[in-house]
Amino acid sequence: MKIHPAAWAALVVLFAAVIGLQMLQAAQPPLATPEGVATNLLYVRSPQVLRRATLSFHALLADIYWIRAVQHYGGTKLSKAPNKQYDVLYPLLDLTSSLDPYFDVVYKFGSVFLAEPYPAGAGRPDEAIALLQKGLRTTPDKWELAQGIGFVYYWWLADYQNAAMWFNRAADAPKAPNWLRPLAAVTLAEGGNRASSRMLWTEISRNADADWLRDQASFRLKQLDALDGIDFIQRIVDQYRARTGAPPTSWDDMMRLGLLRGVPPDPTGVPFRLEPATGKVTLDPSSSLNPLPSAERPL
Amino acid sequence: MRAIGYVAVNVFKESVRDKVLYNLVAFAVLLMSASYLIGELTAGQDVKIIKDLGLASISVFGLLIAIFIGIGLVWKEVEKRSIYTLLAKPMRRQEFLLGKYLGLVLTLVINVAVMTAAYYAVLAYMQAISPPNLRASWPVPATDPALLKAIALVMLELMLVTAIALLFSTFSSPFLSAMLTTAVWVIGHFNQDLRDYGSTISSPLAAAIARGVYYVIPNFSAFDVKLQVVHAQTVPFGYIGLTTVYGLTYIALVLLTAVIVFSKRDFK
Repeated sequence: MKIHPAAWAALVVLFAAVIGLQMLQAAQPPLATPEGVATNLLYVRSPQVLRRATLSFHALLADIYWIRAVQHYGGTKLSKAPNKQYDVLYPLLDLTSSLDPYFDVVYKFGSVFLAEPYPAGAGRPDEAIALLQKGLRTTPDKWELAQGIGFVYYWWLADYQNAAMWFNRAADAPKAPNWLRPLAAVTLAEGGNRASSRMLWTEISRNADADWLRDQASFRLKQLDALDGIDFIQRIVDQYRARTGAPPTSWDDMMRLGLLRGVPPDPTGVPFRLEPATGKVTLDPSSSLNPLPSAERPL
Repeated sequence: MRAIGYVAVNVFKESVRDKVLYNLVAFAVLLMSASYLIGELTAGQDVKIIKDLGLASISVFGLLIAIFIGIGLVWKEVEKRSIYTLLAKPMRRQEFLLGKYLGLVLTLVINVAVMTAAYYAVLAYMQAISPPNLRASWPVPATDPALLKAIALVMLELMLVTAIALLFSTFSSPFLSAMLTTAVWVIGHFNQDLRDYGSTISSPLAAAIARGVYYVIPNFSAFDVKLQVVHAQTVPFGYIGLTTVYGLTYIALVLLTAVIVFSKRDFK
């Protein structure tokens, strides 16, 4: 049967109309969500029900839930909303790991998403530990998971006793690297100092299997370098004060005395800041390394 | 034997005429577009997800072909009354039935083989474009040959589904056959629950019935090793061998039942 040319024309017109109307719709402001209506919905929360319902396709569904978890974390983290809600992050990760218990990355990255302090992350180190322990129940020989628990205790909870215990447990695993035992010893002896933090982040940087985790380790190492730099320059400022009886008001004062050859930069290249009144050396507020670890947020 | 071959080849030609092989294009487009789009969404898990997606797609595409073509294999001949002409030829009913079965299995084998080739091509491409540090973190290369174990068992599962669809097709309408075949396939995936049912109920009779059903219904979950191969877990050849023997035995049982049912049908 021959198709009338008008039919082809109508087809093209209708197709263009559909696209145009969709563009018009996309340009409309979004409808307001009524108060109290949850936007992050999980229709099925039971891992057992979900596992049964997906027959032989639970690995594929685990992938879909993983993508949802990554989107939920990334979307919430980047959103400008005043009260960010990571409320379904743990249930999503829990469902993903129940559908595919061997999906290592869910435990490794998921614990990072959960442990990071609010609002950059969920601020739930307890849930991060629970997730990693779930992974260890499936694969008890995975040293990375035990090391991850040690890391959460070390970095986010500042509990060096438990951190050392988990680093030791990781070191007991059959394929554990040989740096874990010294890390456990250093953590137990001098937990929270820069040397043990440097060791931890250096090893994470070497062993990370994702670029963003390696970038995070590199960032933390730069922060440690900045702290070392501040200490070093602060000692020179103290020398200036000892010689002149007053703190320097600028870097030029110190250069004139021959204590510095130029304005000292932090590891990102931004010059350090010298407070003229007190002679205290700090990061410049514009430095991307802010905020540095402190007494409130230890190493 | 010759008659079986003729019928089988005709079933394959008919499936080509019915554009069944178009699904291969859909499969290739799905995998290629997923491999391109998925990278940004998965925090570095794109190869794992493409592996899962490819295996699941091979299984789903195959299942749709097995069910929706399988149910019409005999019914179509009866409906068009061509069965009278066919059975008037020097061909026994069991030859006709086995030919139909083998023809659809041939279609499925060719489909699965082409999908597997496309699957490995996409994985090889992803391996080639992945940076060396990412490749070093994988437990096995993207083109791990062990994936073939899962595909082989998917193929066996499809052969069993085809046999079941053919059995229902010998005495039932296509709609009912599709419903029944799908129901058997779904129940076959809940087999583990039927076995464990006894531990959750107090009635010994109900537990015994559930256990009986567990042994009778085909255990489709046994054919599923997709999760294991994607995570480079060992799937012993002993397991594959036993599952293959189980699958082939079950297929023989279903086909024999289909032959008996079909032989009893009155076409006069």
